[in-house]
Amino acid sequence: MVALTAEEQAMLDGEQGAATQKAMELLVRYANALGAERFVETNNVAGVPGSSNPWLKNYYKADGGDYRAVFSRFDLDAEEVVDVPRMVGNACHLQGGMDPVLWAEQGMTREAFDNFMSDEREVAAHDIRLLKTCTPYLAGNEPKQGEHCAWMESSAVVYINSVLGARTNTEGRESTSAAMITHRIPDWGFHRDDYRRGHHLIDVDVDVSSIFDWGMLGYFVGDAVQESIPVLQGRINNPGLTRHKHFGAAAASSGGVEMYHMVGITPEAPSVEAAFGGRVPEMRLRYGKEERRKTYESLNMRGKSTDVDYVMLGCPHAALEQLEEAARLLDGRKVSGNSALWIFTSRVVKAKAEEAGYADIIRKAGGYLMTDTCSAISQAIPKGTRVAALDSAKQTHYLPAFMGIEAWYGTTADCIDAACTGKWRGELK
Amino acid sequence: MSVDTEVRPIVIHGRGIVPGIAEGEAMVTRETISGWGGISPMDGKIIETRHELVGQSFAGKVLLFPGAKGSSGWSAMFHTARLAGAAPAAMLFVEMTTKVALGAVVTHAPSVTDFDRDPFEVIETGDRVRVNGDTGTVEVWKRR
Repeated sequence: MVALTAEEQAMLDGEQGAATQKAMELLVRYANALGAERFVETNNVAGVPGSSNPWLKNYYKADGGDYRAVFSRFDLDAEEVVDVPRMVGNACHLQGGMDPVLWAEQGMTREAFDNFMSDEREVAAHDIRLLKTCTPYLAGNEPKQGEHCAWMESSAVVYINSVLGARTNTEGRESTSAAMITHRIPDWGFHRDDYRRGHHLIDVDVDVSSIFDWGMLGYFVGDAVQESIPVLQGRINNPGLTRHKHFGAAAASSGGVEMYHMVGITPEAPSVEAAFGGRVPEMRLRYGKEERRKTYESLNMRGKSTDVDYVMLGCPHAALEQLEEAARLLDGRKVSGNSALWIFTSRVVKAKAEEAGYADIIRKAGGYLMTDTCSAISQAIPKGTRVAALDSAKQTHYLPAFMGIEAWYGTTADCIDAACTGKWRGELK
Repeated sequence: MSVDTEVRPIVIHGRGIVPGIAEGEAMVTRETISGWGGISPMDGKIIETRHELVGQSFAGKVLLFPGAKGSSGWSAMFHTARLAGAAPAAMLFVEMTTKVALGAVVTHAPSVTDFDRDPFEVIETGDRVRVNGDTGTVEVWKRR
């Protein structure tokens, strides 16, 4: 049984109100299921609190069918409806279901948009920050080394554990909503030192420099190690934010990687020994030319027709430098009449792209710069899309399966070229 | 299916993590299950194209599986399956993760893990299984 501090016991006893009590009850059930012995305090929580589709609101019609009903009954898994407090501390809302401006272009109905806005007003009214992105770490919430967090979103979880040295498990909707109220999460898994050590060693024997190559390496590694922790060493170059973002998202898609170490690069891996923490690697694998080629072929398994009708960039949500690159590649060109270009980012980064003029270049070329969501989350693609081109291994993993379409994986330049010509000409160089 | 309940069941013991008692037909897979993008919560069907159980529903079954994989939306998908009346009757799994722990808790299906012997060696699809999530006891009547 999880041990409670006096303050936690008081929360459970209802001394801080009904919502706190219900949130603590849920977290105690969850901690006991895990076998956790205590809670850690967290002041950094990222989730999707209270957001729901009309089906869920209708399900709780007898309870009012509103934000309060959904938050109480679904998020807190409570038998009764309670008053949801304003959140204190760093609570943020991750990605949502549509663009707040270009929703009609995404094929959403007015009713769906009204529901979206109604939830958004509630989220803001409860002092939950509307980051509306899968990349909070690019939008003002960048956890620090050792900071205990409670985050959803697999690509963000792997990023903050591995690159920032913050500590979070892959939390779910109910646990994050409860943690926003109580500032507690079970002390289990990635909150603990011993859980963060590497399991398998990967020797990178081919130069990995571009986002394209980092994405492929991540896709290979995730498939190879599944849910465990890989330690990579070798010819890994340009270890910047966008590279890690694409690597981690890919590894969390082909497998369930929640943390990785790169020797001499990530904060908990100053050496191979440190990354393994005294453990002997269970498995040693090589990523060379042949593995790279096989990964490229695996990602492009679902590409047949070279007539591309949709290009989607921004999975995970584009960083400013990626919008700069897209704008540079698009400058003076036009998106083909046979194709469409949707680029996804966060509201924060979009604002910076507006200031810098990148957004204008993208629009003038005929592309859309969208926020809040992506095609996999919203299941929105341009009408009649049969073949997509993508520069994200994660999106290439999910989108064809969700939408029943073909897809090509390539560089950002390959994708912009496909958007402007309607033809896929990408190849492995 | 014919089950002779006079026959003494095979009993295995584990750690009950969601209370309650449920009984049903076993549905067994050695492949981990994805929530978001892996199941349809409205009918409990596995929709992941590469999964061995694709197209089959776990609604009302005693689901024995290794554990959870994939998106952080796992709990919300199984939670929604409960609301839609399509959740498993009980869950048995062997790999503990935050996804599966939270998912089992909000699905309210009696659940057991940490077994004293490998449940995959005992339970096959079609067996009659009674799960006691309070005591962690799992009784199995083999299909014949």
